[in-house]
Amino acid sequence: MLYRALGPSLAITYLSLLVLLPIAAILSTAFAGGWGAFWAAVSQPEAVAALRLTLLASAGVALFNSIAGLLIAWVLVRDDFRGKRIVSAIIDLPFALPTIVAGLTLLALYGPSSPFHLDVANSRWGIIFALAFVTLPFSVRSVQPVLAEFDREAEEAAASLGASSAVVWRRIILPSIAPAMLAGIGLAFARAVGEFGSVVLISGNIPFKTEVASSWIYSLSQSDDLGAAAAVSVVLILIALVVLLAIGALRRKFDISEAI
Amino acid sequence: MPLRIIALSYIGLLIALPVGFVFYKAFQHGFLAAWNSVTTPDALSALWLTLGVVVIAVTMDTIFGVGVSLILARHRFPGVWLLDAFVDLPLALSPVVVGISLILVYGRTGWFGNWLAAHGIEVIFSLPGIVMASATVALPYVVRSVLPVLQEIGTDQEQAAATLGASTFTVFRRITLPSIRRGLAYGVTLTTARVLGEFGAVLVVSGAILGKTQTMTLFIQSSIENLDPTGAFAGAVILILISIVVLALLGSEAKDERRTSRWRSRSHQSPSVTEMPLLSTT
Repeated sequence: MLYRALGPSLAITYLSLLVLLPIAAILSTAFAGGWGAFWAAVSQPEAVAALRLTLLASAGVALFNSIAGLLIAWVLVRDDFRGKRIVSAIIDLPFALPTIVAGLTLLALYGPSSPFHLDVANSRWGIIFALAFVTLPFSVRSVQPVLAEFDREAEEAAASLGASSAVVWRRIILPSIAPAMLAGIGLAFARAVGEFGSVVLISGNIPFKTEVASSWIYSLSQSDDLGAAAAVSVVLILIALVVLLAIGALRRKFDISEAI
Repeated sequence: MPLRIIALSYIGLLIALPVGFVFYKAFQHGFLAAWNSVTTPDALSALWLTLGVVVIAVTMDTIFGVGVSLILARHRFPGVWLLDAFVDLPLALSPVVVGISLILVYGRTGWFGNWLAAHGIEVIFSLPGIVMASATVALPYVVRSVLPVLQEIGTDQEQAAATLGASTFTVFRRITLPSIRRGLAYGVTLTTARVLGEFGAVLVVSGAILGKTQTMTLFIQSSIENLDPTGAFAGAVILILISIVVLALLGSEAKDERRTSRWRSRSHQSPSVTEMPLLSTT
């Protein structure tokens, strides 16, 4: 009888050691000095600048990539050309690639030694490039299944009734894919907000200019200010959790299966 | 047609071109220069450390993943949804946050700091810390790949085997395990890719001590900082090659998945080829 509790106990222990205790420690440390200390850490000018940059860049990239992702998904689903399978595999590359390698490749191509003489290193554009790179798969793969399963009868019926392409788009296609697009935006956003490895090389981490939230947390940890690091971490955790919960609710409401 | 061009150009500029360029930069000064830069003692120890961490962390997460999937699929107890949510938690965490959270528990000034020091166990700035950080960020993948399969196939066969006299272990080995084989392979591949590529959490937790606690990803970063671009790019090539192998494995799993996913995709919790690692920022 006792051994039946062994499995769950071991699982809970593993989870506690790796996830539960560490998260509790973050919360505890963030508020170790009470709300005052927490708020002081979060409202520090450099923290505010980093958080603002992170949120704005992530939102912008998520929105832009949702359109690019829709375009690419459309081409993948509705168009046919040789090498389509390779293109599809390439889209997934940012998933499998270590983020530091992603950062390195972007730095090589769009940094100081760029063969195109396009240097976005140490600038906010570099951050945008990096975030776009790592979030593109989310944007494509969130709408692609919906487009693929889309019943074209409604489209064709509308067209035969005299609707222009724009109207077909606006009133038939867009409403169907809107929930999936929103989910994709949310996922891309949540991913971008915490991104570190791909951004850290190309951004230069210039305080108040190109320092994202994760870089700021890292430098806090290096200067041993773990309380402030924990506080800003809590902010990031909350943002990600809120977005994830929203996406979960969206999925349940619109019955989107979890194919990203 | 123009749509196709725009799409392909975007993909090309953003993804294909940069990766191809890495190969070019790695071998820019010849194959020998690249080879030399990744066979230095520091580079080799980074490679061995990475491989070691991958083996340990992936094994740990796989055992845990299968176990938790069985629990979540078979057992009904209050708070089961909570366990499910906690397993998914690492997906929402920035890797730097993961690293800091581990330091706060296992570091010298952490919750277990005194106890660990008294027993001479070094977690942070040492191998155990790196393994833990890697295992944490990749925690959900096996569960997310195996759990839907378990939920879908049900317990009929297992119960039948049990009534015929099979022991629990035999049931697991000969019925459960083969049936989750594909989902498990998928989950293990995702986990491996994730652990291989982990950077932020390991950077925070390891202290990146040259030759001792540097993984391949940290080696790449320090090579750039030490103005050794060839070393960085060559290291990146190694990781890219391993990533391509991982992608290829995923692809072959996907081909089998596509055949069965059509009838599965109607249900809510079916695994599909596109169920790629969410929020897997490293």
